[in-house]
Amino acid sequence: MPKIKVSIKNLYKIFGSNDKAMVQHVENGLSKAELLNKHKHVLGLSNVNIDIPARKIQVIMGLSGSGKSTLIRHLNRLIEPTAGQVLVDGEDVLAMSDDQLREFRRTKMSMVFQKFALLPHRTVIDNVSFGLKIKGLSVAEQHERSKKWIDRVGLTGFEDNYPAQLSGGMQQRVGLARALATDADILLMDEAFSALDPLIRNDMQDILLKLQDELHKTIIFITHDLDEALRIGDDIVILRDGAVIQQGSPQEIVLDPVDDYVRDFIKDINRARVLDVASVMEDGSATSDLQIEAGTILEEALPMMSDADVKDATVVRDGTAIGMVTLADMIGGIARPKRHEDEEEITYR
Amino acid sequence: MELFDEFPSLGRTDLRDLKKGIDLSFREFSRANGEAIENFFDPLMFFMVWFEKLLIATPWPIMIFIFAGLAWLGARSVWVVVGTVVSFFMIGFFGMWEDTMATVAIISVATFLCIGLGIPLGILMARSDRLQTIITPVLDIMQTIPSFVYLIPVVMLLGIGKVPGLIAVCIYAIPPIVRLTNLGIRLVDKEVLEAADAFGASPRQKLWDVQIPLALPNIFAGVNQTIMMALAMVVIASMIGVKGLGVPVLRAVSNQYLALGLMNGLAIVALAIIFDRVSQEYGKRLQKHRQGGHGA
Repeated sequence: MPKIKVSIKNLYKIFGSNDKAMVQHVENGLSKAELLNKHKHVLGLSNVNIDIPARKIQVIMGLSGSGKSTLIRHLNRLIEPTAGQVLVDGEDVLAMSDDQLREFRRTKMSMVFQKFALLPHRTVIDNVSFGLKIKGLSVAEQHERSKKWIDRVGLTGFEDNYPAQLSGGMQQRVGLARALATDADILLMDEAFSALDPLIRNDMQDILLKLQDELHKTIIFITHDLDEALRIGDDIVILRDGAVIQQGSPQEIVLDPVDDYVRDFIKDINRARVLDVASVMEDGSATSDLQIEAGTILEEALPMMSDADVKDATVVRDGTAIGMVTLADMIGGIARPKRHEDEEEITYR
Repeated sequence: MELFDEFPSLGRTDLRDLKKGIDLSFREFSRANGEAIENFFDPLMFFMVWFEKLLIATPWPIMIFIFAGLAWLGARSVWVVVGTVVSFFMIGFFGMWEDTMATVAIISVATFLCIGLGIPLGILMARSDRLQTIITPVLDIMQTIPSFVYLIPVVMLLGIGKVPGLIAVCIYAIPPIVRLTNLGIRLVDKEVLEAADAFGASPRQKLWDVQIPLALPNIFAGVNQTIMMALAMVVIASMIGVKGLGVPVLRAVSNQYLALGLMNGLAIVALAIIFDRVSQEYGKRLQKHRQGGHGA
C-alpha cells in the first residue's frame, strides 16, 4: 500500500447563497439538474472521496463542467468547500488560519495554470523567482535557484525575455519552472498543457515525465484529454457532474470501464499503447522461446512477435516466467470491447 | 386644481430663512475654525511659496536645462526635448517667464498632492465595492459641479491665496487619478491574481508585486489626465489669488487685450503639450514588455 499524500474526504461544493443547507438535498440523492431547477443552486462537487498516493502522478479527468478545476482548487483552498475535508500529510487544510495557509502554499504545494498566469512585466527569471520572492529569499538566492530550473525546462538563454516574447509552450515551461522552484513536494497542474498545440503538448508531457523520473513529486494533474491522462497518469480519477465515476490505473480504466460514460470516453483511444502484455496474458507456457517483459505495451510487443515469427511468448517479470501470451490474446485486447449483453443500452445527455 | 397649476414649493420666507440659516451657520463655522484650518495648511503654504520663489530665482538657462533633462528622462525623445527647449525659450522671450514658473510651481504641487491622495484612495476603492459606491458619486460631483460653487466655501474658510487655489485645483483634478487607479486594479487578470494566491502571496505582496504593476498603464493615464485638468484650472485659480499665467489672461478678458490673452493662453497650451507628451511617453515606456517579438 503506497503512502497516501493527499486525502479528500466527503467533499461537497455547492455554489449559491444557501449552500450549506443544500448538502442535505444532495445527500438524499438530488441530481445536479434538479438542484438547479428546484433550489437555484449549482452543484460543483458531490461527495468526492479520493486518496492520492505520494510521489505519483494522479490524473483527474472529466469533460468541461465536471468539476475538475473546482476540485483542484480545493486542495490549496483557492475555493472554500461547502462541506468535507482535505488532508495533506494528515493535516487538515481547511482548518488552517490565514497565516498557516500562506505558509502551506509557499512551501508544500505549488501550481501550474492553464493560461500560464505569468507576470507580464517581469522577465522569465523573475517570473520563475516569484514563489521564492514571496518566501522572502534574497535576490541573489532567487536567481541562483531559478537558473537551475530554467535550465531544467530548457529555457537557458531566455532569462531576460518577457513572457510576451515567448511562444505558448515556452511560457508554460516558465510556469512549470516557477512551480518547481519553490521545492514544494506537491504540484497541482490545472489543464496545464490543454492550451498548447498537440506537438508542443507532447513535448511538455515528455519534459514532465522526465522530471518526474528524478523528482518523484506528488503531481495532481487535471485534464480533459484521455490520451494525455493515459500517457502520464499512474492513477486516474474520472469525474462527472462533480462526482467520482471511476478510479484506477490506466490499464484498469481501459480494461474494465465501470459504465457507458467511461466506455464512451475510452472508445477512441489507442489501446495498444496503454495495455501491457501482463494485462492480457494467460496461464500456461509458451511454445516459442521468445520472452517479453511484463510491462511491455502491446504496441511494442506485437512487432517483437512478428520479428521472431512466433505466435506466442513467455511473459517474464524480473527474470521469472509469470505466464504466456498469444497473438490472439493481444488482438483481443486491442479490439474495442462490446457492451455487456445483459446491460441495457443506456442513453445519456 | 390649485395643486395642478402651482408647484408645491417652499414659501418665499421659509426659503429665505433656510438659505440664511445655512449661510450663517457656515459663516459661524468658518469664524470659529478658519484660523485653525489655516494654521493646519501653513506648512503647505510655506512650501509653495518657497518652491515658487526657487523656480523664479533659479537663472533661466539652468531652468531650461532642468526642463530639458526631465523631458529626456521621461520621453527619451530628441524631438520632445527640442520642443521643450524652444517652448520655454519663446515663453521667456515674450516676457512670460515669471508667470510660467509660478504656474509650473502650482501645477507640480497640485499633481503630486493629487497622486499622493488619489492613488491610495483608488486602491481602497478597488478593494471594497461599498467604498466604490460611496466614492463614485462624490467624484462625479467634483468633476461636474461648476468650480465657482466650491470656490465660495473654500474662500470663506481660507480667504484668498495659494492654498485655497491649490485646493480648488485639486478638487477638480483628482477624480481621474482615483477613477483610473480603481479601474486599473479591478482589471488585473484574475488568473494572475489566483497564481499569486496559490504561491502564498500576502495581500501586501499581491498589491505591490501584481496589482500595482499590472495597473500601472491605467494609473499613468490617470496621472496624465490629472495634469491636464490641473492646467485647465489655472485661470479660475487665478481668480482667488494664485499667481501665474492665469492672471494676465484674466486681465486680458476684462480689458479686451487680445494679444496678451492669446500669448498667455498659448503659453498654457505649450505647458500642457509638454506635460502630456512627456508623461505619455514615459507611460508607454513602462509597458514596453507587452510588445511581442524576440530580443528585448
